[in-house]
Amino acid sequence: MDLKELYRDVILDHNKRPRNFGRIEPCDTHAEGHNPLCGDRLTVWLRLKDDRIEDVRFEGKGCAISTASASLMTEAVKGKDIPAVQSLYGRIHSLLTQQDAVPDASLGKLAALSGVREFPARVKCASLCWHTLNAALERSAAPVSTE
Amino acid sequence: MAVTASRIASAPALDVERVRRDFPILERSVNGRPLVYLDSAASAQRPLPVLRAVEYYETHTHANVHRGVHALSQAATEAYEGARERVRRFINAQSTREIIFVRGTTEGINLVAQAYARPRLGPGDEILITGLEHHANIVPWQMVRDQTGCTLKVAPINRRGEVELDRFLSLLSPRTRVVAIAHVSNALGTILPVKRMIDAAHAHGAVVLVDGAQAIPHSSVDVRALGCDFYAFSGHKLYGPTGIGVLYGREELLATMPPWQGGGDMIRTVSFEETTYNELPWKFEAGTPNISGVVGLAAAMDYVESLGLEAIAAHEQRLLEHATRELERIPGIEIIGTAPHKAAVLSFTMQGVHPHDLGTILDAEGVAVRTGHHCAMPVMTFFDIPATARASFGCYSTEAEVASLAAALRKAREVFT
Repeated sequence: MDLKELYRDVILDHNKRPRNFGRIEPCDTHAEGHNPLCGDRLTVWLRLKDDRIEDVRFEGKGCAISTASASLMTEAVKGKDIPAVQSLYGRIHSLLTQQDAVPDASLGKLAALSGVREFPARVKCASLCWHTLNAALERSAAPVSTE
Repeated sequence: MAVTASRIASAPALDVERVRRDFPILERSVNGRPLVYLDSAASAQRPLPVLRAVEYYETHTHANVHRGVHALSQAATEAYEGARERVRRFINAQSTREIIFVRGTTEGINLVAQAYARPRLGPGDEILITGLEHHANIVPWQMVRDQTGCTLKVAPINRRGEVELDRFLSLLSPRTRVVAIAHVSNALGTILPVKRMIDAAHAHGAVVLVDGAQAIPHSSVDVRALGCDFYAFSGHKLYGPTGIGVLYGREELLATMPPWQGGGDMIRTVSFEETTYNELPWKFEAGTPNISGVVGLAAAMDYVESLGLEAIAAHEQRLLEHATRELERIPGIEIIGTAPHKAAVLSFTMQGVHPHDLGTILDAEGVAVRTGHHCAMPVMTFFDIPATARASFGCYSTEAEVASLAAALRKAREVFT
């Protein structure tokens, strides 16, 4: 177990100075994620244009892995259309859970999360923001009721 | 249960190196480092006499209890009922009819909530708990509140992590029907003045349940001296197996309570029209019990008494004081829970490092601590923190392990600065 693999400089930097931290008001959609085991909570806020993420911010309290992962995620998905975000979600999931996954160049800074898979107890920390983003997108896709 | 300086001085010393040889798991390494197990408040390790008692039962004695005339069934029944007498002596109950075997503290509290409180309480009645409680001593009472329309009140805590006794006393009234309090806080280690709280509750006619999960391994508990009506604890915090615990209840109360689960063993006669129930304690033990767990629990009680509970308490108290001093010297560490009377639990945070990250870094050094909300979310909310790291000590913990903890914490600080 090499702690340096988990707490890489990119991770420590994004933990200390999370990017896109805060709210978007008014937003098009948001969702709250909660990891009851460690108490991590975060909210992801989105502004959408057609099927593109025009702006994304997050807010919350969590460990270094969950904070850095959320910060890196917001940088990665801003400006992307939803199919591209979903494809990225799939690749991140493999990166976090599959021992033999090799980070491809398209992941950019997100590749710094590859150390997490050596620490199975921490995979949930890194994936919380992605599940929350997904929930926000699903909510925006749901038919809006005026009742 | 406060351990005073004079008690520390007078208690016989514990030969910790000899004690450690009784716990085979302590010889293993974790992540290439010798295991430093500082999570006994979550679950204590088991000594050889417990492991051997369970193995002997499984290889020589096992059959179902109370059911057969054959040799094994009788031997198993003797082991099971003999253990009940062992438990009775351990907590000084009046009678074995007052000792109910349950899965653990949680089940014991739920039994009292459903079989004592639920049939009796209604709108206008009150249940009083404290702000220090484990979820297991909150949620069962919320369920009763929702089932009966009674009110649940909470006595607040202060910044040291003590129950504010004046507020507790002022919340008692003739409307208070049940008081449910921890003996020792699992999240902070605070020892509650339970005797005073029990006496005050009784003066208002309330019945008192004590959640003894964290107290039972650190002190001798005498339920009659305490005067509590119910006392619940788990085997695995007392160096015994998981999945077994005890609910003590005063016979006079248990006798008036309806069974809470139906099945075999808890009945006397069954027809399709009518069933008559077995007597105490079996009325509350439906189905085949955890027989090997009970055997292991009795062996654990023999073991801790062979070491001496006073000696264990004094050892742990010395370690707690030592660890508190060591951690206070590390920059950025804040100890959460600073009551003068604490059991062997040290909860803390490190500025700029989330407890979950601390837990991982410590684990890489072989140091096992609990991180999280410790099933006491209201305590975390009170201190406005998401979680803490918690080191807890047992009879096998050493000063060298405290040094390993301190070194690992300094390393965590380095990683994050």
